[in-house]
Amino acid sequence: MARPNRITPGLLIGFLIALAVSIAIPYVVSDFVTYQFTLAMAYAVAMLGLNVLTGYNGQFSIGHSAFFAVGAYMAAIMIEHFGLSAYSALAVAAVVSFFAGFLFGFPALRLEGLYLALATFALAVATPQLLKFDAFEHWTGGVQGIFVPKPEPMIAGWSADHSLYYFALAVLAGLMVITWCILHSRSGRAMMAIRDNPIAAKTMGVNLPLVKTTTFGISAMFAGIGGALFTYASEFVSPDAFNFFIAVYILVGSVVGGIVSIPGAIFGGLFIVFAPNYAQDLRLAYPILPPPWAIFGIFLILLIYFVPFGVWGSIERIYAWTKRKKDR
Amino acid sequence: MRLRYVTAALAAGLLTAPAQAQMVGVTDTAIKIGHTNPYSGPASAYGVIGKLHQAYYAMVNRNGGIKGRQVELISLDDGYSPPRTVEQVRKLVEQEEVAFLFQPLGTPTNSAIHRYVNSKKVPHLFLSTGASKWGQPEKFPWTMGFQPTYDVEGEIYAKFALESVEDPKIAILFQNDDYGKDYRDGFLRGLGDKQDLVVKMLPYEVTDPTVDAQVLELAASGANVFFNITIPKFAAQAIKKTCEIGWEPLHLLNNVSSSVSSVLKPAGLECSKGVITAQYVKDPTDPQWQDHEGYQEWLSFMKAEMPEADLGDANYAFAYNVSVLLHRMLEQCEDWSRPGIMACAANLQDIELPMLLPGILVNTSPTDFYPIQAEQLSRFDGEKWELFGDVIDASK
Repeated sequence: MARPNRITPGLLIGFLIALAVSIAIPYVVSDFVTYQFTLAMAYAVAMLGLNVLTGYNGQFSIGHSAFFAVGAYMAAIMIEHFGLSAYSALAVAAVVSFFAGFLFGFPALRLEGLYLALATFALAVATPQLLKFDAFEHWTGGVQGIFVPKPEPMIAGWSADHSLYYFALAVLAGLMVITWCILHSRSGRAMMAIRDNPIAAKTMGVNLPLVKTTTFGISAMFAGIGGALFTYASEFVSPDAFNFFIAVYILVGSVVGGIVSIPGAIFGGLFIVFAPNYAQDLRLAYPILPPPWAIFGIFLILLIYFVPFGVWGSIERIYAWTKRKKDR
Repeated sequence: MRLRYVTAALAAGLLTAPAQAQMVGVTDTAIKIGHTNPYSGPASAYGVIGKLHQAYYAMVNRNGGIKGRQVELISLDDGYSPPRTVEQVRKLVEQEEVAFLFQPLGTPTNSAIHRYVNSKKVPHLFLSTGASKWGQPEKFPWTMGFQPTYDVEGEIYAKFALESVEDPKIAILFQNDDYGKDYRDGFLRGLGDKQDLVVKMLPYEVTDPTVDAQVLELAASGANVFFNITIPKFAAQAIKKTCEIGWEPLHLLNNVSSSVSSVLKPAGLECSKGVITAQYVKDPTDPQWQDHEGYQEWLSFMKAEMPEADLGDANYAFAYNVSVLLHRMLEQCEDWSRPGIMACAANLQDIELPMLLPGILVNTSPTDFYPIQAEQLSRFDGEKWELFGDVIDASK
């Protein structure tokens, strides 16, 4: 649990199968469902960021919607006002959100646990209002928001939804590999040492402020990239899109998928996109059921009860259990 | 040989083409209509609008549907969140394959889907928002609003103020967002070249606790006309404060806050005397409509289909009008293909609706995508709104 996922043959095969399935998806389902999967991957990228921060570094954030919004708006502004392509706009969004997170990491250094959670909460609540602020209106479009045309297909003959799906998939897979590399490096070990025992980590010579702020920066960058992908899929940004709900979604998805894991983010993203829709469909089909959000709540409680370590945490446990049995 | 096939195919195409374009979402027995509404989230008070539509079409279906077709109204929750609206609308259009979208609610939410529905050529009808951008048939030929826009209403007040007050000095209080600015800009346009009559103009934020300070400052400007662009909570505060400090301007109150039960009563009925607003819907709490035919029709519908609803909620009156309008439109409409439906929506002539004020009619044309553009001024007499003057049609 404490260590990032080690690469075992099983994991590698699983990863390849998952990749093959993901590549096949758009050819099997409709454009609409492809778009839903793209949304799920956008959330998954943001959740991956939260996993690094909370799961591996022990810093809490319930304000990741703020960085999600920074990425989304930066991408939109770059496309609308500077005529950048969606792909280079994504890079700008990533850099800007990294610095936003890095800077927020400094005051965060003085805050621990719940207090840090509260500070990030303030960030999440303030974001929609800041986006409506008159002085920025020229850039943000105020309440009206900004239209963002779907990126041109990377390969002629693909629909815009297909192309965006593969782009998001490449980004997600790339970031997962990068995360794995970071966590297996010296810096990754320093992150986890800080989570487990900050005093011991300091004694060992870990530069606490630097590691913590950089982790915050990386996490915010992932959230920002997720926000930009989300914007490309929705084709629109507006302040009301980045309310506190998004922060809660990211947190819930992280926990459901398994917050101390890398692949957990995928399950988290899928859950956040498909569970509310499924709850709504159930309710439409069976009107005697409680309202959709109550059904969603029931899903959530069942998941927390039956898979308390998140989906990936449970997969790992079952795997470890079968292995122990075999060894005996 | 091949040429003959081509000619035959062309001829066949020519023969069938005028009949009807291909229909989406319509079978011999049913029509699918898509709707989004905030049933959850910050704007869930508007959820009652969607509930009324569902109850209305359940009733229509029990009575045999429209032209023998059952109406399958698929109403999805978007929580007033624009990206969620995009997702739900794509689901309605691409997965459910609805014939058209009916009354999605909210300005930011409709903005998010504005381009999408127009690129997909899906009729996007009778939106539940007062922004002025929904009536642009050249640019967005598939989108049509419903209610009089905020800026049209602002214009009506400006003209009235110029006519009725000698040497007017105008003070304006407005909410600092799209809605407030739409009203303000319409009002200024209505003043024409007399905009220097505005002696003081102050904004407030929807997060402010009160607007007392603004009212004091406006009163101190010596204005004799007060245009009050506020939502219900602040409208009540402003009316009360004006009364307390003994400022007696011509008080123009935006229609958004004209509810007797939720604004004027809390502000004090005595204080509210003389306030002027523009209306187009019959206020269900206003006793003067009790015997009116349209009100009776609405009341019996509410009692039969939604017995638990709060009859004082003006959203029910608003929503009933729109449901009835769609019903009438489909009854008149011969061609239920998407272009056909859009053409029918753009050719509504003099349609009366049960909960519209007498004399206000729905009119559209291929170049006019604003179904309702008329309002009538009314003055509060301490008990109810008293209509006066003629119905003012901003389109004329």
